[in-house]
Amino acid sequence: MNATMAPPLLSVRDLRIVFDGRHGPLTALDGVSFDIAPGEILGVVGESGAGKSLTGTAVIGLLDPPGRIASGSIHLNGQRIDNLPAEAMCKLRGRRIGAIFQDPLTSLHPLLTVGEQLVETITTHLPVGKAEARDRALQLLKEVGIPAAETRIDQYPHQFSGGMRQRVVIALALCAEPSLIIADEPTTALDVSIQAQITTLLKRLCREHGTAIMLVTHDMGVIAETADRVAVMYAGNVVEIGPVDEVIRRPHHPYTAGLMASIPSIHTRHQHLHQIDGAMPRLNAIPPGCAFNPRCGRAEPFCRDVKPGLPGKSHAAACHFPLTEPAHA
Amino acid sequence: MPEPSPILTVSAASCRFDVSPPALTRLLAHEPRRILRAVENISFTVERGTTFSIVGESGCGKSTLARMVVGLQRPTEGALHFHDIHRADGSFGPPRVQMIFQDPYASLNPRWRVGDVIAEPIRELRLRPDEAAVSQRVGDLLEIVGLSRGDAERYPHAFSGGQRQRISIARALATEADFLVCDEPTSALDVSVQAQILNLMVRLQKEFGLTYLFISHNLSVVRHMSDQLAIMYLGRFVESGPAETIFQRPRHPYTRLLLDTIPDVEQPNRQRKPMSGEVPSPIAPPPGCAFHPRCPIAVPNCSAVAPVLEALDERLVACHRAA
Ligand SMILES: Nc1ncnc2c1ncn2[C@@H]1O[C@H](COP(=O)(O)OP(=O)(O)OP(=O)(O)O)[C@@H](O)[C@H]1O
Ligand SMILES: Nc1ncnc2c1ncn2[C@@H]1O[C@H](COP(=O)(O)OP(=O)(O)OP(=O)(O)O)[C@@H](O)[C@H]1O
Ligand code: SF4
Ligand code: SF4
Ligand SMILES: [Mg+2]
Ligand SMILES: [Mg+2]
Repeated sequence: MNATMAPPLLSVRDLRIVFDGRHGPLTALDGVSFDIAPGEILGVVGESGAGKSLTGTAVIGLLDPPGRIASGSIHLNGQRIDNLPAEAMCKLRGRRIGAIFQDPLTSLHPLLTVGEQLVETITTHLPVGKAEARDRALQLLKEVGIPAAETRIDQYPHQFSGGMRQRVVIALALCAEPSLIIADEPTTALDVSIQAQITTLLKRLCREHGTAIMLVTHDMGVIAETADRVAVMYAGNVVEIGPVDEVIRRPHHPYTAGLMASIPSIHTRHQHLHQIDGAMPRLNAIPPGCAFNPRCGRAEPFCRDVKPGLPGKSHAAACHFPLTEPAHA
Repeated sequence: MPEPSPILTVSAASCRFDVSPPALTRLLAHEPRRILRAVENISFTVERGTTFSIVGESGCGKSTLARMVVGLQRPTEGALHFHDIHRADGSFGPPRVQMIFQDPYASLNPRWRVGDVIAEPIRELRLRPDEAAVSQRVGDLLEIVGLSRGDAERYPHAFSGGQRQRISIARALATEADFLVCDEPTSALDVSVQAQILNLMVRLQKEFGLTYLFISHNLSVVRHMSDQLAIMYLGRFVESGPAETIFQRPRHPYTRLLLDTIPDVEQPNRQRKPMSGEVPSPIAPPPGCAFHPRCPIAVPNCSAVAPVLEALDERLVACHRAA
């Protein structure tokens, strides 16, 4: 799949999201841009709190006040969707964009059985009757690996384990065969074998139906295996983007390099894990210049004055002194 | 560092849920009761100051076992016993037990400010003499988990998934517990924050002799943290013993498959073997060895006779063919 050739299915341009707080607006996303081609999986990784979920929430149009899109645009298949009226957006969601949220409980109704929820979603978006919808629901539950699906379909969410609830949420997102899937940590609550099953399913959707997927996850192993390209986020910015094996093997941004070094190895046991010291700044205390500079080993005075931009290359890093060049003495 | 001594003994504990349809439906349809065996006859001991980890497929009963350990779920059979301990402050008594929940969303009260969420156990247990000391402690805890003091003023909904998970961790640490049950404590964290939290947990263990019961699907994290390890399948332990021994030489076929399925950044294109066969249901577990429908080396005897845990090569294994 050549991502640069096909016109993008999803195009996010210069997206800024602010929260209007008591002490003035806080910028949570500060000019985020990326594309996803049909049939492509874009992995999104980055510091906890960097804005990954917010980006996904904005694309599906579920940003809650006090959060709002301050500038920028989002296009789906060439159609601008960030300024659609709520009703039109609601139609789009579920039908053309499927969402798997980080929080499985908010997506499931506690008083409806799993089957009732699936059937309702299917009949809302597809022209099928109840019986056919139930067949499809059962089929989906099997595809996401729910054992004894025939019995489980009539149970309530609280009778499911954490990982099984997560799989129901995935089934819900796939119901209407959307062309774009926003998957926020879809596999974190899952064991490795179910995880392999889900990522295989997602890859198959991409290949066979040209579905585009934005896959937010902290699991680099999952990213390495499933994503075509990966975007790395830090403090409301995309700091690096590129083909997945290049970013993992030869990270250009010092933050990405630190992230890669923190992955615990399965092959050996270390006394101490590598960590990037310090913490990501709060939204009200983002330092001027490069937001990573207080934690960066390569920082120069220049980094504190000028914010680095993200060049328009296929593998790009927003850094004045990327790791492709030797550090200044 | 205290002398190694047992802090928790679990003896033949089981937990079953009645998931039958309502009585009338059952009567009309001539259906029997349906009993879900979430945890079946599990025994183990945890030594003070060590980490005991439990891994296994989704739905195999890990959280149910964890909930029994913290007393949120009664065992239907068997018993759990905490041994009295000498604490650093000179007191003697049962250990203080606290849980970090799998789901950071459900476990934080949305109407409470984060500061109050963390301060509650400190006030409840009178761990600090006055309000000034309480808020000092809350601020310190927020910083320990990589958040900032000012975050105490905000409500949980204003935090990202990983930030909320860190709030639950700060709250658990606030109790100054002796025994922490950690159910997927870092699943929502990026690897660099995860490294900070795990390093912190290891440091606390070294300094204060904390004991952890650790549950995670991330086997690299498990390998990094664990002293003892148990592999669970359909409610039962199928292999348990020293973690390094098991990682280096897994003996149960299920453990081997589990280790083969790990996604690996270092070898992304390696052929992962997704486990074949359907995940069995704990409502109607297969007869004999519950793993036999998916086991690559099963023999006819496996579907007839259930293997029991037996000592082998420095650990316990429940498999007819392990020896
Ligand atoms: N209602 C709100 N008010 C103020 N700030 C908010 C609000 N909701 C989110 N934020 C902030 O926006 C930032 C981005 O949050 P987001 O949920 O996108 O992070 P994330 O990258 O998904 O992190 P994680 O990996 O931990 O899930 C965070 O710093 C968070 O504190
Ligand atoms: N309150 C309940 N009522 C009925 N069944 C339950 C209840 N709680 C748990 N179960 C069932 O018990 C089994 C074990 O669940 P448990 O939550 O312990 O799994 P787990 O190993 O923690 O899985 P995961 O990795 O997905 O969190 C599952 O089949 C689940 O559906
Ligand atoms: S711009 Fe400077 S401070 Fe920022 S990551 Fe690059 S070298 Fe480090
Ligand atoms: S007892 Fe038989 S079926 Fe069970 S794990 Fe051993 S070989 Fe496989
Ligand atoms: Mg998130
Ligand atoms: Mg669980």
